[in-house]
Amino acid sequence: MNKIDMVIRELHRSENKLAVDLLRLADRHKADHEVHHVARDLSRWSQQHVTELARVGRDYGLRLDEEARDESGLLSTVEQKASELLGRHREPGLLLLADLRHLYRDASGVSLDWEILAQVAQATRDLELLALAKRCHPQTLRQARWANAKLKETSAQALVS
Amino acid sequence: MGSVDRIAQPWGSRTPYGPGESWPVRVDTFLAEGVRPEDVDRWVQSASILHSNGDGLDMAVKDGRIVGVRGRAVDRVNHGRLGPKDLFGWQANASPDRLTRPLVRRDGRLVETDWDTAMGLVVDRTRDLLDEQGASAIGFYTTGQLFLEEYYTLALIAHGGIGTNHIDGNTRLCTATAAEALKESFGSDGQPGSYTDIDHADVIVLYGHNMAETQTVLWTRVLDRLAGPNPPAVVCVDPRQTPVARAATVHLAPRPSTNVVLMNALLHEIVANGWVDEEYVSAHAVGFEELRQRVEEYPPERAARVCDVPVERIREAARLIGTAQRLLSTVLQGFYQSHQATAAAVQVNNIHIVRGMLGRPGCGLLQMNGQPTAENTRECGADGDLPAFRNWTNQRHIEELARIWNIDPMRIPHYSPPTNLMQMMRYAEEGSIRFLWVSCTNPAVSLPELARIRGILRQERLFLVVQDIFLSETAQLADVVLPAATWGEKTGTFTNADRTVHLSEKAVDPPGEARPDLDIFVDYARRLDLRDDDGQPLVGWTDPEGAFRAWQECSAGRPCDYTGLSYAKLRGGTGIQWPCDAEHPDGTERLYADGKFWAAPDYCESYGRDLVTGAPLEATEYAALNPSGKAVIKAAEYLPPHELPSEEYPFQLITGRTLYHFHTRTKTARAPQLQAAAPEVWVEMAATDAADQGFAEGDLLEIATPRGAVRARLRVSGIRRDVLFLPFHYGYWDEPGGSGPDGREQGRAANELTITDWDPVSKQPLFKSAVARVTRVSGGDGAPATAPTTTGSRPVAAGVPGTAGGSAALVDERLPEGPRTVAASAPAVGGDR
Repeated sequence: MNKIDMVIRELHRSENKLAVDLLRLADRHKADHEVHHVARDLSRWSQQHVTELARVGRDYGLRLDEEARDESGLLSTVEQKASELLGRHREPGLLLLADLRHLYRDASGVSLDWEILAQVAQATRDLELLALAKRCHPQTLRQARWANAKLKETSAQALVS
Repeated sequence: MGSVDRIAQPWGSRTPYGPGESWPVRVDTFLAEGVRPEDVDRWVQSASILHSNGDGLDMAVKDGRIVGVRGRAVDRVNHGRLGPKDLFGWQANASPDRLTRPLVRRDGRLVETDWDTAMGLVVDRTRDLLDEQGASAIGFYTTGQLFLEEYYTLALIAHGGIGTNHIDGNTRLCTATAAEALKESFGSDGQPGSYTDIDHADVIVLYGHNMAETQTVLWTRVLDRLAGPNPPAVVCVDPRQTPVARAATVHLAPRPSTNVVLMNALLHEIVANGWVDEEYVSAHAVGFEELRQRVEEYPPERAARVCDVPVERIREAARLIGTAQRLLSTVLQGFYQSHQATAAAVQVNNIHIVRGMLGRPGCGLLQMNGQPTAENTRECGADGDLPAFRNWTNQRHIEELARIWNIDPMRIPHYSPPTNLMQMMRYAEEGSIRFLWVSCTNPAVSLPELARIRGILRQERLFLVVQDIFLSETAQLADVVLPAATWGEKTGTFTNADRTVHLSEKAVDPPGEARPDLDIFVDYARRLDLRDDDGQPLVGWTDPEGAFRAWQECSAGRPCDYTGLSYAKLRGGTGIQWPCDAEHPDGTERLYADGKFWAAPDYCESYGRDLVTGAPLEATEYAALNPSGKAVIKAAEYLPPHELPSEEYPFQLITGRTLYHFHTRTKTARAPQLQAAAPEVWVEMAATDAADQGFAEGDLLEIATPRGAVRARLRVSGIRRDVLFLPFHYGYWDEPGGSGPDGREQGRAANELTITDWDPVSKQPLFKSAVARVTRVSGGDGAPATAPTTTGSRPVAAGVPGTAGGSAALVDERLPEGPRTVAASAPAVGGDR
């Protein structure tokens, strides 16, 4: 039995979550400007992956949402405002570390899912699926590396001071 | 050639020359009223300090005062010419409001004190914080205007003595992207090209570089080529109709924040038309295949749509660039302070790599600097990078530096990238940086989102030390103010954008108790009792020449090798380009001849960063990508900007410079001719936009963004539609508010409006990516704005009186040989054709 649809569905779910994670990270750290802006840029990659997975999923009889979930709205506005106010006082660094650590783990998980999809695509000689994995997986790795690099950059200041 | 009003004619008289010829000498002299050349007691050697051109000049000294300047005919940079800022700016040195004694804050007010008291406070605070929190509490923010000797001393104190990673220069605002782009492509900082490439080029491309205003003398060189036989074609990328745009063969005026799309389209055409030097690329570069694939997605039609530029003009520019025999490219703030700064600047490098246009006469690449000694901040490590372009991730480089400094390698922080300025402000905001020493710069005017910056600098918990020559906006917020000596009052060296090192000698004494910056840093190190591992003073020198010798040892064997230079060698002649060592005793005109780069994994300054996320590459990744040290071609995708025009904020706002002022006007506003030429902030708008809104030249407008509002008079200029321009020099020190807008809602500093956002790769703040709305406060009663008419702010309508300096701005221009001259061109904008 072919279980590719299961892999696609799982990847679609995990990319969706990653897109939301990144937007929430951006909202929670609005006063950390680089984190805020880059996280929003990187969320766009996951949103595109969601769209592409939904399209390719149709070939496998899946009906997946092409739009990534959008968390903007009241909650996000509240979170941004709170983050701006709180972010200008002491200790937001620790919260940022926790969030980056979480993001790194999530992105790494998504990366593994892309590995699995690529393996399956090769085994079944599904060239379209393989091309998709080749296109998207490097961006997932870049998301993970960013989380790693930001963590490395901010941990000393957050923990030593 | 006689006297020329050099406010009205900033570039002076033409001396045309042809390709491959030497640029004729023209000596510019300006002396204070009533002083004749024969009255001058002595001439003291130096170079310009108010922009990055590095014009060699001599200061005229009479009765212990500087009374004028004269260009140095022998200097390789300017062949005797000077720009308006060089000619008139020196007068600020003698302003009556110079700081002459240290100030400390008592009961909320700054009061005069002595050096012992002031330095005692600074040292005590440093010690207390080191004991309580450690080096993470201490930050240094310096400038692009001190001398090499001062930067190196500060870098040693910060990295080796205190052990902090928090040190940066205001070069971050101006030149960080230049440095980063060079590191990305060539593995190390260092300009590949030379100013002499202007003498040879057949195509000159200026990317976001208003050279006519930022480096007037260099632009004079271009104008002289344009006036001579077989002139080069000029391509200009700029949303404003600058003097460069008016002289250009092709002018592209893209929508702000779209540079990457435009560059990718130019590369698309170069690849698609087979203008690639395949042999060069395969022998000397890695990464071309990725570029080929990426630019396939960016045909000129797409760029025409996104950038809002006619498609045929993109093709025409691409044809000129793609078929040039000797291509010179220069890049500045239009790219560096814009969205995706490094990604766009790297694409300019890519053009030169794929076309094999490096290391030969006329094949120049200049990722420019805005500030006169920006290169020194970078090479000495005062911008956070490690001295002499050492790689913070390379353990061998750290050990080498530790050996030179005679300290344990663990004393040099290298566990993460150096903290950039904007992040330092963030750490100060959240309270983990509690001591900030600002030398020779003015963040209360120059950083984005000024209300936020003022809030940070005003915090009780932040101990702010400001070292400057005037009571600037920032100094007014300080806890301790240290009065410094400036150019002409101290000796040292500095390096311009094409790696030319100049010596600047002391001509006169500083006023009152003001002291050279080097003395202040050395004093700090002594009082803190910083020592090396043998118990000797960490800073083992007390004078500039001692610091220079120490720097030579540090730079030995690195790209910026100074071992072949000395004060004696720089005295009397021309500036000399590094690397200058036993092998290159007369310096090095162009880097990367024969396709040899400084990019080998064990030698390079940086392994590079991801062009979108800014995450640094690991050593293993870099070694796998580029094992033999070739040039690195890095493709880039376009990302939409972070603020997009909306119904509420329909315009895009860009900020920039005017020819007559420098930085935050600290000196230029105190030079009467310069101040009179551009006395007030203005806002530029296209004629069609102004007509749509019903605005007229001279109307008082309010420009607002989500961060604040400023008021300025309207200049209807040749800027592209949907875009507003504000000059960024104007602050508050000469207004009632002093350090800010004085309780009024509207300020006049452009940075009240700019967004806090920076390029994740170079960490350079984006001053050209805000959105804005504009409303009319009152009519102008027919009086035009006081913006210059000679520059990018030239009015489109007739009837605005031309900017002129009158008799106070008359400058003597002299050709030493022959009558090969052409009268000064009118109109003053020169280069129109």
